[in-house]
Amino acid sequence: MINVFTQHWQELLLGFGNTLLCSVIALFFSLIIGSTFAIFEVLPYKILHIVGRVYIEVFRNIPLLVIGMFFYVVVPQFFVTLDGFTAGTIGLTLYTSSFIAETVRAGIQAVDDGQMEGARANGMSFMQAMWHIILPQAFRYVIPPLGNQFINLVKNSSVLAFVAGFDLMYQGDAIASTTFDTFNTYIVVGILYLIITLPLSYYMRYLEKKLA
Amino acid sequence: MIALKEEKEMAMIEFKNVEKYYDKFHALKNINLKVDKGEVVVVIGPSGSGKSTLIRTINGLEDFTEGQLIVNGYDLADSKTDLNQIRKDVGMVFQHFNLYDNKTVLENIMLAPKLVLKRDPKENKEHAMRLLKSVGVADKAESYPRQLSGGQKQRVAIARSLAMKPKALLFDEPTSALDPEMIDDVLNVMKKIATEGMTMVVVTHEMGFAREVADRVIFIDDGEILEDERADVFFKAPKEKRAQQFLSKIIKH
Ligand SMILES: Nc1ncnc2c1ncn2[C@@H]1O[C@H](COP(=O)(O)OP(=O)(O)O)[C@@H](O)[C@H]1O
Ligand SMILES: [Mg+2]
Repeated sequence: MINVFTQHWQELLLGFGNTLLCSVIALFFSLIIGSTFAIFEVLPYKILHIVGRVYIEVFRNIPLLVIGMFFYVVVPQFFVTLDGFTAGTIGLTLYTSSFIAETVRAGIQAVDDGQMEGARANGMSFMQAMWHIILPQAFRYVIPPLGNQFINLVKNSSVLAFVAGFDLMYQGDAIASTTFDTFNTYIVVGILYLIITLPLSYYMRYLEKKLA
Repeated sequence: MIALKEEKEMAMIEFKNVEKYYDKFHALKNINLKVDKGEVVVVIGPSGSGKSTLIRTINGLEDFTEGQLIVNGYDLADSKTDLNQIRKDVGMVFQHFNLYDNKTVLENIMLAPKLVLKRDPKENKEHAMRLLKSVGVADKAESYPRQLSGGQKQRVAIARSLAMKPKALLFDEPTSALDPEMIDDVLNVMKKIATEGMTMVVVTHEMGFAREVADRVIFIDDGEILEDERADVFFKAPKEKRAQQFLSKIIKH
C-alpha cells in the first residue's frame, strides 16, 4: 500500500487534485443551478414550473454516465470541443443540480407561508424575501439531505474516469492496469476519497448542529 | 369649497364596489369603504365573514375580482401599480406575528428599511432601537423570535412595521393568538400609535379597544358590510340584527 503511494504519488496526487477541483466546481454550480430551479418551482408562473419540472425530471432520471458521455462525445461533434475533465464536470453538475433542486424546493415549501407574507407586507420584493428570509431557513431544513448529495457528488465524480478526466479513479485504473497490484491500488484510491468525503460529512453534521 | 374637495380626495383607503371571488366563492360583496387619514377603523364580524380578506386586499396580499380600490393614491386594480410602493407606506401586523425566524429582533426591524428604503445603517439602528424602547422590548434586541413570548413578538412586529415610517397600519386580529395576560401590553402599544395620529384598520374582537380608540366600526358578515358607523353610535345601539347578536355573543357580562 505504502509502495503504491511512494511509487505513484505524482499521478495519485494529480488525480486527487482533479477530483477535488471537479467536486468543488460541481458543488458550487449545482447548488446555484439547483436553487434557481427550486425557486422556479415556487414562483407563480406556470411556464417556469414546467421548465423546472422538465429540467429536474430529465437530469435526475438519466444515468450520470450517459450525461457525461453526451458532453464528452456528442457535444464536441456538433458544438465545441470539451476535454474529458470539463465534459465530466458539466455532466456531474447538471445531474447533481436536479437532485439539489428537488431538495431545496422541499425546503422552501417547508418554510411557513407567514415568513414570505411578513416580508412582502414589509415592502420587500419576492426575490429579497427569498434571499434574506426564505432560503436561509430552507437551507437550514435541508442540510442533512444536502450533505448526502454533496457526498454522492464527490463519489460520482469518478465518472470522470470514463471520459478521460484524469481524476482519482482514472489514475487508480491506470496504475492498477500497469502494476497489476489492484488490491493495494484501489485501497489507496478509496482512502484518498475518504480524505475528501469524511471531513465533508463531519462539516455538514457540524453545520446542522450549529444552525439547529 | 376647494379645500373641502381636496380633503375628500385625501382618503387613505377607498373601496368602490369591490367584489372578490375565491373561484366560485363570493368572499367580498360590493364593498364600499373609505378610511380617511388619521382615522382608526375597527372591523368586526363572525369568523369566516371576510375580515381578513378585506384587510388583505388593502396591501395587495389578496387581489380582487371587480371594482376599484385606491390606497395612498395608488390604484390597486391597475396591473401597472407596484404593490411594493403601497406596502412601503402601509404596514401590516398579523395574528401569528410572522417575524423572521432567522433574524434577531433588531435585524427583523432593520431589514426592510435597509433593503427597501436604503436607510443609512447608523440611522437605521438608532431608529430601530428607539422603536424597540417605545414598545418595551429593547432588552430583547439581540434575541431571536423563538426566545420571545407572544406578547413580545407582537410588539416587535408592530415596531417592525413602524420602522418603515408608514402612513397607515393594518392589523389582522393582533391579539387573537396571545395569552390573556399579554393582550393589554399589545393593545396599549396600539392605543399609543393611534393617539399619535396613525391611520389604522384593525380587525379585532377586543371591544374595549374598539370603544376607546376606534372612530368607526365596520360590521361585516358573509362578505358584506352591514354596518359602517361611528363607534359611539354603534356601541350604543347597533342597527343591524346580526350585529346585535354578534355583539351580545362576544361581549362578556
Ligand atoms: N385562499 C382562499 N381560498 C378559498 N377560500 C378562502 C381563502 N381564504 C379565505 N377563504 C374563504 O373566504 C371566507 C372569508 O375568509 P376570511 O377573510 O379569512 O374570514 P375572517 O378573517 O373573517 O375569519 C371564508 O369562508 C374562507 O373559507
Ligand atoms: Mg381572519
